[in-house]
Amino acid sequence: MITEEDVERISWLARIEIDSSKSKEYAEQLNSILDYFQQLEELDTSDIEPTYHVDDLVNVLRSDDIKPSFTQEEALENCENKKDGYFKVPGIM
Amino acid sequence: MPEWMSIRDTKHKIDNLSAEEVTSSYLDTIEKSSINAFTNINKKAIEDAKYYDKNQSDLPLAGVPISIKDNISTKGIPTTCSSRMLENYIPPFNAHVIEKLYEAGAIIIGKTNMDEFAMGGSTETCCGGTTFNPWDTSRVPGGSSGGSAAALAAGESPISLGSDTGGSVRSPASYCGVVAMKPTYGTISRYGLISYSNSLEQIGPMATCVEDIAHIMDVIAGYDNRDSTSIKRDINYSDAIINDSEGMKIGVPTELISDGINPKVEKIVWDAIHKMEDLGAIWKEVSLPTTKYALPAYYILAMSDASSNLARFDGTRYGLRVEGNNWHVMASKTRAQGFGDEVKRRILLGTYALSAGYHDKYYVKALKVRTLVKNDFDRAFNDVDVLMGPTMADIAFKVGEKIEDPLSIYMTDINNVPVNLAGVPSMSIPCGFADKMPVGLQIIGNTFDESSILRCAYTFEQNTNHHRKRPDGVN
Repeated sequence: MITEEDVERISWLARIEIDSSKSKEYAEQLNSILDYFQQLEELDTSDIEPTYHVDDLVNVLRSDDIKPSFTQEEALENCENKKDGYFKVPGIM
Repeated sequence: MPEWMSIRDTKHKIDNLSAEEVTSSYLDTIEKSSINAFTNINKKAIEDAKYYDKNQSDLPLAGVPISIKDNISTKGIPTTCSSRMLENYIPPFNAHVIEKLYEAGAIIIGKTNMDEFAMGGSTETCCGGTTFNPWDTSRVPGGSSGGSAAALAAGESPISLGSDTGGSVRSPASYCGVVAMKPTYGTISRYGLISYSNSLEQIGPMATCVEDIAHIMDVIAGYDNRDSTSIKRDINYSDAIINDSEGMKIGVPTELISDGINPKVEKIVWDAIHKMEDLGAIWKEVSLPTTKYALPAYYILAMSDASSNLARFDGTRYGLRVEGNNWHVMASKTRAQGFGDEVKRRILLGTYALSAGYHDKYYVKALKVRTLVKNDFDRAFNDVDVLMGPTMADIAFKVGEKIEDPLSIYMTDINNVPVNLAGVPSMSIPCGFADKMPVGLQIIGNTFDESSILRCAYTFEQNTNHHRKRPDGVN
């Protein structure tokens, strides 16, 4: 059961600002979907291994070679906030 | 008048006219259209086509126009995922599949509309408005690759690429009366596909006939070291275009013909199975007992993947940015304004399912159910070559009918998501009409056995006429 406080906590974790007047509406919507998910409890999966990936690849490695990549200009071309060849953001701390 | 053209027809027309004229007639059709299948047009398409008029070429797709779902990166052409977040984003690189298409001589004519970030089944959650179904514009085209399917049905593009996380090429193919395939996971590189649920999704070819699907697969499938889940395999898909299904063994999963199915759709699908029997195939009922649980497991995994994959849209390097007095506030405001309601819902639920205290209850539980779903398919394919059933339990629904109730749209994917959980290939082909709307037959194959699907699909298509019918106003 997701409460309005949970919605505020999750929205902060997910970095999606939610107007506090909409917390109730979100809680209701999310709960109706979670209720539907509850039916998985009917299945006994105690002896079942989880499947993270369907293929059986493990530790896919490549050689550590230097190859051509984006120039600084290309890497920055979709960003309006930049300075001296860097992405510019407001303070994090 | 717009018309359906196969790759073969298109090349014939290019030989008789020119690549420029063929491309320009498609661009003209798109411009006059009111179904809103495209988000952006490639301004260089005519220039690219002219190249093939000046230079003789025997490339497999020389001068052939193709439309591309707007979550596949195209260098220099906006790639928006139909989201405000990426409204002004122009990728500085091409996806692997786009490199392959250019190498094969294809002309990218434009980008097709989709549910925002591929999260939806109706192509209604798009920042640029809904795409309408060319067979009945009061209905949705399915989704999330609805723009691609609608473009094909309306004669606005001969072939297209979509992506399929939980039915997103098969649902719109079924609703719009065209053909689409979700290949085995790992067959087509996801490099440059903007991730929604990376453990489930594959790029998939879409066309108006089965043979074209094989031709596109021959161009875009293959190993790529930039996708760590890419598989090394050498398959010639066109070799499977065989008009003969004598002795092929078909399983009909009883769970795919569920209680909620439209009886007209059910009859059409059984007619199709009996037609395959007339053509020499053998069928029997089989069971995929975990099917009922595949849908909740799928959504838990897809939402969890999404909450992680979409973390990159934080206002820093690309996409929308809404200022704030520190980074966290900037990111939170950017994501609040940049994402639509459905995307927010899925990220929030995914974040919840992965958060401390709930990880085992939801995420790990869903991964275990995924194992059971995979086991169901493994067991079924011990006995049969392919599985057959309806792609969708009903015909396309009305625009706006389900948008207020997210769960009701999730439910429409019930026959599609088990395939993505198991990673197996699957195709939807037209098999008839109910209330004048197309019905799709789903053909599911074992891992890496696209060939059996193509052979069954081609045999069915060549011995029936369902794929010859067109929406009004299309030749």
